[in-house]
Parts: sequence; structure tokens; C-alpha cells
Amino acid sequence: MTTQHNDSLLRFMTCGSVDDGKSTLIGRLLYDTKTILADTLNNIERTSKKRGMEAVDLSLLTDGLQAEREQGITIDVAYRYFSTGTRKYIIADAPGHEQYTRNMVTAASTANLAIILIDARKGVLTQTRRHSYLAHLVGIPHIVVAVNKMDLVSYDQATYEKIKADYIAFATEIGLAQARDIKFIPMSALNGDMLVDRLDNMDWYQGETLLDILEAAPAAHSEQAEAFRFPVQFVCRPHDSANPELHDFRGFMGRVESGSIAVGDAVTVLPNGYQSKVKAIQLGNDQLQTAQTEQSITLLLEDEIDTSRGDMIVKTSEAPEAVKQIEAHVCWLSETPLSPARTYIVRHTTRESKAKIGSIQYKVDVNTLEQQATADLKMNDIARVSFKLAQPLMVDSYDKNRATGAFIVIDESSNNTVGAGMIV
Amino acid sequence: MSTKQPLSHLDWLEAEAIHILREVAGQCANPVLLFSGGKDSLCILRLAEKAFRPGRFPFPLMHIDTGHNYQEVINFRDQRAAELGERLIVRSVEDSMKRGTVVLKTPDEPRNKHQSVTLLEAIEEFGFDCCIGGARRDEEKARAKERIMSFRDEFGQWDPKNQRPELWNLYNARVHKGENIRAFPISNWTEMDVWQYIEREKLELPSIYFAHQRDIVMRHGAIFPVNVPLASGELINQPKAGEEVINMQVRFRTVGDVTCTAPVISDADDVSKIVVETATTTITERGATRLDDQTSDASMEQRKKEGYF
Repeated sequence: MTTQHNDSLLRFMTCGSVDDGKSTLIGRLLYDTKTILADTLNNIERTSKKRGMEAVDLSLLTDGLQAEREQGITIDVAYRYFSTGTRKYIIADAPGHEQYTRNMVTAASTANLAIILIDARKGVLTQTRRHSYLAHLVGIPHIVVAVNKMDLVSYDQATYEKIKADYIAFATEIGLAQARDIKFIPMSALNGDMLVDRLDNMDWYQGETLLDILEAAPAAHSEQAEAFRFPVQFVCRPHDSANPELHDFRGFMGRVESGSIAVGDAVTVLPNGYQSKVKAIQLGNDQLQTAQTEQSITLLLEDEIDTSRGDMIVKTSEAPEAVKQIEAHVCWLSETPLSPARTYIVRHTTRESKAKIGSIQYKVDVNTLEQQATADLKMNDIARVSFKLAQPLMVDSYDKNRATGAFIVIDESSNNTVGAGMIV
Repeated sequence: MSTKQPLSHLDWLEAEAIHILREVAGQCANPVLLFSGGKDSLCILRLAEKAFRPGRFPFPLMHIDTGHNYQEVINFRDQRAAELGERLIVRSVEDSMKRGTVVLKTPDEPRNKHQSVTLLEAIEEFGFDCCIGGARRDEEKARAKERIMSFRDEFGQWDPKNQRPELWNLYNARVHKGENIRAFPISNWTEMDVWQYIEREKLELPSIYFAHQRDIVMRHGAIFPVNVPLASGELINQPKAGEEVINMQVRFRTVGDVTCTAPVISDADDVSKIVVETATTTITERGATRLDDQTSDASMEQRKKEGYF
């Protein structure tokens, strides 16, 4: 590990169940990149022995809650970190069972790459289809299909090729192959084949190792031009009468959710439609000439415009629509079913609106991908839903922009986050 | 389309943390920033400056003082708050002991876990609806599962099996009266990221983070600091009979209650040497240094369920 500062960052997720060796894969990545330190290793060695296992069970690294250790399963999304010296990684580790669809959607929402694990002995299963569909739905641009446990099929190339062909056929059928970048890799997470080191069991595979793929994967927002979207989080008005420079200071604080902006650019503040120009861009004490996606900045405009949290600053030439009706794919997250009669709160960027359900067109069986008619939604259901909004929202389709195409649904009485929406 | 150079990992982490702080300011009516004078909370102060200057912070700072803190850290805490010109609230575990809400089993018992009581009392006193803290997911495996905006019920309890889903960067800090949110802007930072950020931002730190000579004994396999002077002038952590006091060059990786925070042997006397040492260490940050985490596999989870950070 080196200590340089200018490495980039990649967020990725792993999809699979305990049986696929997902936890072992993560444990191996952490172990081979020397992220696991001696005391942690000692701890899991002790626990492995206590449970009567011969080898160190690397999956123990990822199961953090008491209930998970007791039951030997992963319940919730866990985040793990490692660094290679050229890149920092954030892994979202989500459980793979059907009843945890909501956790997979949660993990996928911030990932730019998904590793889908397939057990080489079992091939493409129902759960592979489910994981692939969800990764596709939540807009993860890069998919790595990892055919794991190759050691248990004698590192047989024909087995790998068959699984690869099956997967391509299925991925083409659901439109995944056409829309996303898919890579395949044979591996054994248990032995470490093709993770960080190639080892010498699969000389027939000449492609990249898993770590090579991760190191080269494009960063989020780097691959297509996106429109400038700047939801206002907070307005800074110091009212400092002792300092004439600050007396009229009015800074619009937020994060560039997409695109870029430069001093002098013509901007529009939505939903009111006021127009102005960018006077200055600040980050701490630094004056910037431009700002790009994912930077948290303060924007100063030429004109005094009444703007508050929930407004959105955009380039005048590429303003989004302000809409009071939206169509979306929704994943229901709550144990309390969606009730079509109730009013919910929709939070989109920094803006909230009351919302009523227009209609539920259909729900999707995540195993067969069939569409079914339904009157309500239960936890882990995925459905296409239309909403009527009390306030206009400035939206893009989720396909075009994951930041301004996404929203959450909040239950007004419990304040819980009960749904996740992706605008069609 | 311009050719975009992705943000460096430190710039990305900084931008994420600023975004979280501004969401707290935008969503919460009465937040507070927990500030101990330790390295993580010092990073958060710098992030808050970047998030809110030239305005004032939209929240006061608060420290829950166990009364067993290193004097260097307490002095540094006061100095930093004064430099920033922000309001610092201090609430003390010893006051809770006087009120009878904290009862120690033994007089020299570590007081870290009792901070929960004093914290909950302060939350009630001021009506805070959100506490911003410096916890990181890489510190401990229960923390790896915690949300960035983590909901606590009116008893301050964390329910790990019933957390609010958290998707994209759409945080939900809504609470009813009496409930509150713990917000963790540097959730995604590792110990290494913290030290790299301190180095990049040239942040000042309390002196005990750097290599210094100190009297220690070996206790339960850990280096244990002895004869530590408190603000009152009292010396605590007296060596026990038969323990050999050694004067050694050490530094602290984490700063907490004097009775349960152990230093490591080190000659790293500046930030760049600490960055190198962090890159090559074989022991996790809390592994050899936080005696209160070692009771069982689940001791942090247990304390968090009871209202701890």
C-alpha cells in the first residue's frame, strides 16, 4: 500500500448468497490487498476454530451484527473499504436472498459496478436472473459476472464457457447485454485464483484478473455528457454588518449532482425560472473557475434572486422539465404495504412534495420477470407506479441521470423511508 | 463534453461529507456537532468550515466530558473552538454522577460507556434533533452496518435490525419530537483517509497524537499509560503493586477516556511519519488501543443499542 493522495474512487457491489462464496470473495479481496490486519485475522481465526472449522473462514469478516453471526447469514448491507495505492474502493455487500431485494436495491443505488457471483457447479440460477435484473433496473453501468468455485469443477474451461453462453443469452433477452458493459471471469475465491493473483490453475483464461477489472473500471459520471444539475441545499447569508464584503453575501450551497459549471455561465433557477449568471464558485477559501460533478461548492450569482433549499440551479440552455406527475419503477422497502389511498412524501434531490398514488400499472416477479396486475405493494415488490405531486419536481429520466431521476418515498406518520423510485 | 478527470478519493470524500453536513443543516431544526478534540472531530470541523463559511456554523459544538480526558486534548478542544468563534457546550459525566443518573460499579471503572447517559441528558436539555459525530464504518464491524443518518428512538437506542433504508444520497433525517438522528459525515473514511486529510489540510492536532515520552506499564498485554495528570491535578492510572513502570516513546492512535485508551510504541513525531506508519501497521486502530471494545465480539453493538455513538 502506498500513501499517495490522488487516487480515484470506485464504488461497487457484490451480488450473491453465502453459498456462492460472496463473503469469501470480499474477505479474499481485503486479505490479498493487505487490508485485513493481524488482530482482525487472529479474531476470525479464533472464531473459526470455535466453530470447528479447519481453514480460516474469511466470510466472518463481513458479518458484523450479533444476529448475523448467530444465524450465519448476512441481513443488512455492509460497507467495506480497501485501497490499492492507485484506487480507493467502497464495497457495498448486500445479502442475496429474495426477501432482501430492498437491500440489494439499496446497495446498487450508489454502485458503479456490480460483481454477480455464479457457482460454477450450478450455473445461471433464478437468483442470478434476479440479481442481474435489479442491477440493470438500478442503472449500474458495469457488470462483472464472476463464475466462482472453479476449483470444484476441476477448473474446466468448457463449464465456464457454457455458463458464459447461458448468461449472454439471458442478458440479451432482458436488454441487459445491449445496455451495459458485461465482463466474465472464472475464479476461485477460496483459493484466490484470478482475484488479485492469476495463480496457475487456469492458463486457458487470458483475460484480466478481478482486481485488473476493478482498477480499470471507469469512475461514475465519467462516461457520458450530463446536464448541469445543482439542487440548492442551504443558503448562506452571514448578515455580517461589520464586514461590508459580507453584508450582501448570498451563497447557494450544494453539490453538483451532474455536469459542470463555469464562472460566467448563464443559469436558470427552478421552479421559478429566474435567470442570472454565475459570479463566483467557492470551495472553502478557494475561488474556482469551474466545478464538476460530485463537487460540493458554493455558487454566487450576479443578480439578487430569492432562492431557497429545494430550488435547482441549471444551465439555461439545458433546463429539465418541472413536472407534477411522475411515472417510476418503485421498490417497496417497508413492512407496511403501500396503501393507494394514502398521501406520502416524495423526496427528490433536496426537494419534497406530498404525493398521491395515481395507479399501479403492474408489479414484476423478480424471479420470472413477468408483469402482474396488483392492487397494493408489499416489502421487496418492484412495480411501475404513477404519482400525482402537490409541488413540481425538476426531473430527468433515471436512465439519463441517476441523481435527478431518483427519489425516495417517506411515510408521513412514521417518518420511515418506505419506497425507492426511479423515474421512467 | 469535456474530458473529465475524476475527483481524487480525498476530494470525493470531502465533497460527500460537506453534502451530509449541509443536509443536516437543511433538514434538522436543532442539530449539534459532537466535538472531543480528537482527530476525527477535528476533520469534521474543517469540513464544517468548508461547508458553511463565510457564515457561522448552523449548530453549536458539544463535548461530553468524562472527566478522565488528557489535559492536552481538553486544552486543544477549547483553543480550537475559540479560534473558530463557535459556541462550545460542555456537559460532564461527573455531573451525571452527582445527579445519580450515572452510578459507577468501581471508582476507577472506564467512563466511556457512561457518556451515553450524559449525552441523552444533554439532548433532552437542549432539544437537539440531530447529533453530528465522527464515527467511521471501518472502525468496528457493528459500525460497518450503520447508516450515515442513523435513527435513534426517544431512549437513544439504535435498532440494527430495523434501520431506515438509505439510498443514493437521499438522506431522511425526519424525526418526531424526542427522537433523534445521529449523522456521520465521515462514515466512508478509513483511518488512512483521516491522516491523509489531516496532512493535506495541515490540521493541527493535540500533542499526544505524536510520539512523546510517557510512563507506561504492561497490563493485560497492552501498553497502559500510568500517572496521568487530570485537570484537577489528580494523578490517575496508578501502577498496581508489582507492575514495572517504563518510560517509553509512544503516541495515541485514538483519544478517549484515560482509563481505557492505550498508546502504541512509535517514533512518528509528525503527520507524514504517521501516514507511513498507518500504511504499514499490522494492528487495527481500536485493536490494541481501545480496551473497552475487547470485552466481546459485540461490545460496540451493545453500547450503540444503548445510546452510545
